Amino acid sequence: METSFAITGKGYVIVAADTTAARSIVKMKTDEDKIKALGPHLLMAYSGEPGDTVQFAEYVERNIRLYQIRHHYSLRPSAAASWVRRSLAESLRSRHPYSVNLLLGGYDEASDEPKLYWIDYLGTMTEVPFGAHGYGSYFALSLLDRCVKKYLVISGALICHSRYHNPDATLEEGIETLKRCIDEVAKRLIVSPSKYKVKIVDKDGVREIEL
Amino acid sequence: MARRYDSRTTIFSPEGRLYQIEYAMEAISHAGTVLGVLAKDGVVLAAEKKVTGKLLDLAGAKEGGYGGSGEKIFLLNSNVIGGVAGLTADANSLINYARTAAQKHLLTYNDDIPVEVLAQRLCDMKQGYTQFGGLRPFGVSLLYAGYDPHYQFQLYHSDPSGNYSGWKATCIGANNGTAQSLLKQEYKDDIEIKDAISLVLRVMSKTMDSTTLGSEKLEFAVLTLDPETKAPKAKIYRPAEIDALLQSEGLKKDEDAEMKPAQ
Repeated sequence: METSFAITGKGYVIVAADTTAARSIVKMKTDEDKIKALGPHLLMAYSGEPGDTVQFAEYVERNIRLYQIRHHYSLRPSAAASWVRRSLAESLRSRHPYSVNLLLGGYDEASDEPKLYWIDYLGTMTEVPFGAHGYGSYFALSLLDRCVKKYLVISGALICHSRYHNPDATLEEGIETLKRCIDEVAKRLIVSPSKYKVKIVDKDGVREIEL
Repeated sequence: MARRYDSRTTIFSPEGRLYQIEYAMEAISHAGTVLGVLAKDGVVLAAEKKVTGKLLDLAGAKEGGYGGSGEKIFLLNSNVIGGVAGLTADANSLINYARTAAQKHLLTYNDDIPVEVLAQRLCDMKQGYTQFGGLRPFGVSLLYAGYDPHYQFQLYHSDPSGNYSGWKATCIGANNGTAQSLLKQEYKDDIEIKDAISLVLRVMSKTMDSTTLGSEKLEFAVLTLDPETKAPKAKIYRPAEIDALLQSEGLKKDEDAEMKPAQ
């Protein structure tokens, strides 16, 4: 079943999505890329109704690119996320709404901060330290939650169990946390995805890594 | 026969000129001076009010709104102040347009409009009137003093043709040549807001036609960053604040003192 995760850390956002293209009970393809680079510092993982997802992602990609060409700089992650949310909200109120869920991760060069936005097909948007969509979210979120709770209790003292989510984790620690999420989903979900694509955005831009 | 090419904006003259645009620019060069200086940590705008009279009721300007008399300096968005030179009525409609454009940007992107984007939006509109539609172009030049996270503090100028450009210090309206050469002499890179304020006032006092420099002739505004929130803070001075500022800069000329020797 479709699953995507994203987690922020110190100066980066990791975005991961499964690579399965399925129709009914049949896997049609297992190397589908569901993460688009919308700009030099912006990533978007999309999931939902097949067809809608690709159509909407391309629409967003072209519009973000158009803004970049017109103004000689990219939209900041927060502005891009607001625009995408608005597009979905307008679509929802049209005759044929897109049914697409998104994770939008970017690096804001103006404030030197990683940013992550969780957006769903109803036009809900929240800025989050980590997020997930699909069946995998039921397993991964509870895992990632453990640290945030601890983090709040200690409040200020930045001692955090690095195996769970930590907003100040290094990239290596972040990747380890992501692996834990993927393993958890593999262990508990009935039809868990076999492969994931993982992309990272930080001050140096966007890149893909192999787990 | 020259009138053949005067009466419509949409038609080039045989020399390749658009007379209506040139006339609009000419109208602006008789309007009250508007002066802007870009500093390291802010932007300063000052404007000369031309039409004043003893009977003009300024009671509203002293109390209400966000400051200023609302004649030449306007708040376009929380991060941009505009100064206008030219036909006030034309300016009002442009300002209304600018404010709407800024709010539309805020609605779509949940982010203040970048200063250059706002200048572009107005210029697109102004350019349109040099080509189709109305009977004449907007008789207005604007200075935009603003801040955005992309290019920090900025100062732009736009004219009736729809051209715009960025400046460190510039001036539009009457005596703009004199003011610009003064600014060229006195402007230093990395100028601080405090020095920019006194530079603006000094140049203003030299270029203004009237002998007296006071709140009834002057509008003044400063855009800086709030030291705590780091958000842009636009301050358009109220008449009393302008007088106090002139006093502290030693530029306040007492009207009575000047009148006395003549009597």
